Amino acid sequence: MAQSDVLLKLKGVKTYFFTDEGTVHAVDGLDFQVRRGETLGIVGESGCGKSVTSMSILRLLGKTGKVIEGEIMFDGENLLDLSEEEMRKIRGNRISMIFQQPTTCLNPVFRIGEQIIEALQIHQGLSGEEANKRTIELLTLVGLPDPVRRMRSFPHEISGGQAQRVMIAMALACNPELLIADEPTTALDVTIQAQILDLMRELREKVNTAIILITHDLGVVAEMAENVMVMYAGRAVEYAPVHALFEAPKHPYTQGLIASTPVLGNVRDELETIPGQVPSLLNPPAGCRFASRCAHRMDQCTQEEPPLIKLEGDRLVRCWLY
Amino acid sequence: MTVSNSTSEHLLEVRNLKKYFPIKGGLMRRTVAEVKALDGVSFSIKKGETLGLVGESGCGKTTTGRTVLRLIPPSGGQVLFEGQDVLKASAGQMRVLRRNMQIVFQDPYASLNPRIPVGQSIAEGLKIHNIGTPKERLDQVAQVLERVGLNSSHMRRFPHEFSGGQRQRIGIARALVMQPKLIVCDEPVSALDVSIQAQVLNLLNDLQKDLGLTYLFIAHNLSVVEHISNRVGVMYLGRMVELSSRDQLFRKPMHPYTKALMSAIPLPDPTIKRDRIILEGDVPSPVNPPSGCRFHPRCWLAQDICKHDDPAFEEKEPGHFVACHFAQG
Ligand SMILES: Nc1ncnc2c1ncn2[C@@H]1O[C@H](COP(=O)(O)OP(=O)(O)OP(=O)(O)O)[C@@H](O)[C@H]1O
Ligand SMILES: Nc1ncnc2c1ncn2[C@@H]1O[C@H](COP(=O)(O)OP(=O)(O)O)[C@@H](O)[C@H]1O
Ligand code: SF4
Ligand code: SF4
Ligand SMILES: [Mg+2]
Ligand SMILES: [Mg+2]
Repeated sequence: MAQSDVLLKLKGVKTYFFTDEGTVHAVDGLDFQVRRGETLGIVGESGCGKSVTSMSILRLLGKTGKVIEGEIMFDGENLLDLSEEEMRKIRGNRISMIFQQPTTCLNPVFRIGEQIIEALQIHQGLSGEEANKRTIELLTLVGLPDPVRRMRSFPHEISGGQAQRVMIAMALACNPELLIADEPTTALDVTIQAQILDLMRELREKVNTAIILITHDLGVVAEMAENVMVMYAGRAVEYAPVHALFEAPKHPYTQGLIASTPVLGNVRDELETIPGQVPSLLNPPAGCRFASRCAHRMDQCTQEEPPLIKLEGDRLVRCWLY
Repeated sequence: MTVSNSTSEHLLEVRNLKKYFPIKGGLMRRTVAEVKALDGVSFSIKKGETLGLVGESGCGKTTTGRTVLRLIPPSGGQVLFEGQDVLKASAGQMRVLRRNMQIVFQDPYASLNPRIPVGQSIAEGLKIHNIGTPKERLDQVAQVLERVGLNSSHMRRFPHEFSGGQRQRIGIARALVMQPKLIVCDEPVSALDVSIQAQVLNLLNDLQKDLGLTYLFIAHNLSVVEHISNRVGVMYLGRMVELSSRDQLFRKPMHPYTKALMSAIPLPDPTIKRDRIILEGDVPSPVNPPSGCRFHPRCWLAQDICKHDDPAFEEKEPGHFVACHFAQG
């Protein structure tokens, strides 16, 4: 392969929101990369900056948010340097996305088929007839029952699981190199989630898209990801191949997260808990952001933030214990 | 459908409970159809035990909890609390019953008045029931706040000053202050992050041990339900399809739907490879539930009989109830 193996690389990305209450340090210095065809899972609890990370990559931060530092290199190009026009060509074309609430992303006043057909015409330059044919193919591929009839449905006329299939069909319409899936199954029932995850696995094999899978569900990550990045309060605290992470989590936060998750078929008397709560991102503490909740805290921890420390086996951890 | 004999060890008995919501339509706003949210559900809960209720969105879990407490009127069936018929109770009897049966909601924020301090919200029930002097009520609120792991000084703060986990503790405090015997917990941890969820689950467990509480614990997360329950009921489309002890249900599920539900849960262990049962299609509408066995359009074991004959909810093994013509362990 002549192209570089690395598709996306974030370097020192800081995304802040400037609000009436102050500056929210939503993403506060983030480095990671995604190789072509890789599935990277991003986990962490609500508010840790997962969605802001994806919105930063797509440059969909709205008026109050801004990437104030860092680089987002996509296929050798810094996305932050592109014009809005150039960015529009990348979005939904080379980089696609799926969100938690599929119905909020589908335009309620247009039929499902029309929305996919339009995307194909704009981005791929297909004729109306070609786009129509391809839309039927895509909806069949994602397992939407009775696709020809369903194309004429409006978004409110289909179920959550079906809407998520439509979103995936739309996301795949242009053979994206990168798919960002932000909590794609969180709003769905487990039996429907199983259908959608199965579909994503199947498609990954067929089209070799790189995927950033954002979720708070450790089970979903364990099942889908090759590598995992754990985020806490706007920072990556651990990075590891999926097997290594679950076998021997290194960061005290990751350890706590895994130990506090009830696991089917493995009942314990007491769940382990992480005391306290996540610090405010309006005024993140100096030093390690996990320090107020950490059982291993040392003096050094509250004074200086640990860097990402390299461990064996392609692992990184942000903790003074290592 | 007799699921249990009325014995005093049961705190709550629910028999053939039904709730049909009318769908209004047309110019005259006449009832044009009905949502069969609950269509004959029976179960009982022993004193001091936790019965978990699981099932997918819209299967009737919340409706069960609310009809049992008579927060919404049922369309049929019987609810016995300590042998007393809740649905036929007079207003006076109901006042006493309400003290004994409390509820904790998924989103305590929505159920706490944002404009009054949380201490006042917690004391509200006591006041309505004329329990104690204002001073005594204050003491009770302080005690109950400490009991749920908050600080008694928190009573003067407003709901928005608390995190999700703290608000859920306030929701629990509000139920607890009435010294109830039964608490219906409707998705009490679903909105919380796992590390906070674990704190609240442990709290509920501790309270049960110390105070001998009985829980009806509703959740869609099977791992959470397995963790907290003594017995578990699985619902599908307004019906209970399986009910058994926790260990029996999770080790030896008999209903095809329960099996599919369990196999669908992603496990946080990448070394485990399981055979997964992937169900086809969506949950059908409770307005027009399928004929015969309601699960038949999605069931991989379905035979002709399943399309016509509604399987009875039967005790297939001691204490293990299943509604399926071909139930097998
Ligand atoms: N007030 C109402 N009017 C009409 N239909 C209703 C009403 N409340 C509930 N329903 C319907 O009754 C059925 C059962 O609803 P219920 O809220 O009990 O489900 P649930 O199992 O608690 O679901 P979830 O997991 O989403 O909370 C659903 O089809 C729902 O749409
Ligand atoms: N538009 C916004 N304005 C202000 N703060 C925001 C905005 N969007 C997100 N945030 C804040 O940024 C942080 C990270 O949020 P987010 O990335 O959405 O978390 P999650 O990891 O749950 O996806 C949170 O503190 C959140 O409140
Ligand atoms: S750096 Fe210190 S406080 Fe932070 S996780 Fe490591 S041991 Fe805990
Ligand atoms: S009765 Fe028939 S359709 Fe229903 S669960 Fe059993 S086998 Fe499946
Ligand atoms: Mg998010
Ligand atoms: Mg509910």
